[in-house]
Amino acid sequence: MKSGSNLEKVLAAGHFSVTAECGPPRGADPDVVRRKAALVKGNVDACNVTDNQTSVVRMSSTAGCMLIKEEGIEPLLQMVVRDRNRIALQSDILGASALGIRNILCLSGDHQKFGDDPQAKNVFDIDSMQLIHMVRTMRDEGVFPSGNKLDGAPQFFIGCAVNPFADPFEIRVPRLKMKIEAGADFVQTQCIYNMDKFKTYLDLAKKEGLHDKVKILAGVTPLKSAGMAKFMKKMVAGMDIPDAVIKRIADEPKERQAAKGIEMCIEQIQELKGMEGIAGIHVMAIEWEEKLSEIIGGAGLLPRPLVE
Amino acid sequence: MITGTPKPIEEILQMLEPYDTIILAGCYGCVTVCRVGGEKEVEILASTIRLAREASGRKIAIREVCLERQCDPEYIETMRPYVEDYQAVLSIACGAGIQFLAEKYMLTPLLPGINTGFLGVTERQGEWAERCQGCGDCVLHLTGGICPVTRCAKSLFHGPCGGSSKGICEVGKDVPCGWQMIIDRLKSLNQMDNYSKLKPYKGWNTSRDGGPRRIVREDMI
Amino acid sequence: MLKAFENGADGVMVMGCLEGNCHFVNGNFRARARLARVSRILETIGIGAERIRMFNLSAGEGARFAAFVSEFAAEVQQLGPSPINVARQEAAKIPTGEIRV
Ligand code: SF4
Ligand code: SF4
Repeated sequence: MKSGSNLEKVLAAGHFSVTAECGPPRGADPDVVRRKAALVKGNVDACNVTDNQTSVVRMSSTAGCMLIKEEGIEPLLQMVVRDRNRIALQSDILGASALGIRNILCLSGDHQKFGDDPQAKNVFDIDSMQLIHMVRTMRDEGVFPSGNKLDGAPQFFIGCAVNPFADPFEIRVPRLKMKIEAGADFVQTQCIYNMDKFKTYLDLAKKEGLHDKVKILAGVTPLKSAGMAKFMKKMVAGMDIPDAVIKRIADEPKERQAAKGIEMCIEQIQELKGMEGIAGIHVMAIEWEEKLSEIIGGAGLLPRPLVE
Repeated sequence: MITGTPKPIEEILQMLEPYDTIILAGCYGCVTVCRVGGEKEVEILASTIRLAREASGRKIAIREVCLERQCDPEYIETMRPYVEDYQAVLSIACGAGIQFLAEKYMLTPLLPGINTGFLGVTERQGEWAERCQGCGDCVLHLTGGICPVTRCAKSLFHGPCGGSSKGICEVGKDVPCGWQMIIDRLKSLNQMDNYSKLKPYKGWNTSRDGGPRRIVREDMI
Repeated sequence: MLKAFENGADGVMVMGCLEGNCHFVNGNFRARARLARVSRILETIGIGAERIRMFNLSAGEGARFAAFVSEFAAEVQQLGPSPINVARQEAAKIPTGEIRV
């Protein structure tokens, strides 16, 4: 065991794992997090807590992690390199580990232009690849990247994100390979709608044997409506939603679209579960946490295994 | 070259409020090439200021000059005989030139007439684009001659990020993704093995982050 | 163009060759872009963009030229003296004189 995290144990025991995500509130009210936690609890092996996603200021990810941890959920700390230089990153890595957070997801972060503070300085001292490397160096070698010895190494199950649908496609698998070399133990993908393209990606990754070196958790997001699908396709860079998917949900009357979105999501999870090389699922039910148990249960993934 | 854009005339007029006699100083260097601070721009700006001030009922006297370069001491010295005859100097050289004037003429207020931009190129007549951030440790040989620091909106060293779509960066539809360009170049140069190597963390200490920089060349002194 | 206003003009006409017919290929298009800049300047400093205009005509069009001139002169008459001339006249305390184009 590298970290002893629940997620790591579940995966090591060969179970198909489930993660979800929880965005902290735009304010200091801890009850918002607790309410979301109640909806997540029991449905997942670990829950991501986002780090100022889309550059919109929110309660810190570490604080969010601690709040859900108090509620009995294993946290997965998202960490972006947009806002902190390597000094702050190292310090937050140590702090999070000291508080008992055992999973980390290393990300670049959306450009600050998208958030409340487009005038903010963008840091990007190191990139997400290097952040993976940094956590790995600290964990496995017990040293800071500077070479100085650590007084207690942080323990993390190290994750990264991949977007198989961003361009250029041909470097997407080589890039995953680099992330594995840098130290990633698991990967969560961008939400998948284009299953054909994802299969091509996965086949290429498998040809390189990458699925044996890293646990691949496939990302899904249930669509609430045809409108949401169209909006995401248009507005989110690197989001690939085929017209056939949009049509399927748009063909339903408005009041049936949400149910259809959930049905489609469950179908998709079942298909992904049957694919060799997929070790788990990451359900990003954006501001729709109340549907998690319906989706995850519907896909036959409940109750979550208890692994010691 | 160093590029820039004219400051809004309202802002310049406001800066000039306290003064009735000024020097308007251009520069024949970069700012002439990018058409923001050369001789011609001195004339246009001087006329504009005079007209505006006269229309508002308070004339201003402007001495129009254009120095060979405002970033070299010998050219700055040419102003010494008359600089103190004026209440202020409005300079439309880059920020470096303006400061150098300020340093040399301690008793004269220096006002910036342009907003200095970036190190860039003339992509076509009337259009300039950034190419280099002067990071002090050039990596262009590894990245197909395209700068990741400058041309990637996140200065990534292992791009492209998940926001790259059809060659366009997530920050805007007219911003090309620097990493797409790097990859295209590396492919055409047959250097994709450069891409798949993990790169060490960049040392930003050679950049502005290390504090104000200075170059000393013993062989040139 | 700005110099003309400094020298006391109330309006400025810029004559260019016919678009597409420029001896210098696109000189008249550039002139138009420059003129747009000057009119923006005139607008910001309160002199007014309408005091400058570009006209395109070929060398042989004497009558059109005359028509343009009288048309523009009439418009400038309507606008009255430029704020610069007003200020100067006030400064010199002389009565408002002839409009200069
Ligand atoms: S790597 Fe540094 S020196 Fe080279 S072009 Fe980029 S910013 Fe300039
Ligand atoms: S889209 Fe390309 S240029 Fe923009 S931040 Fe990502 S890698 Fe950099």
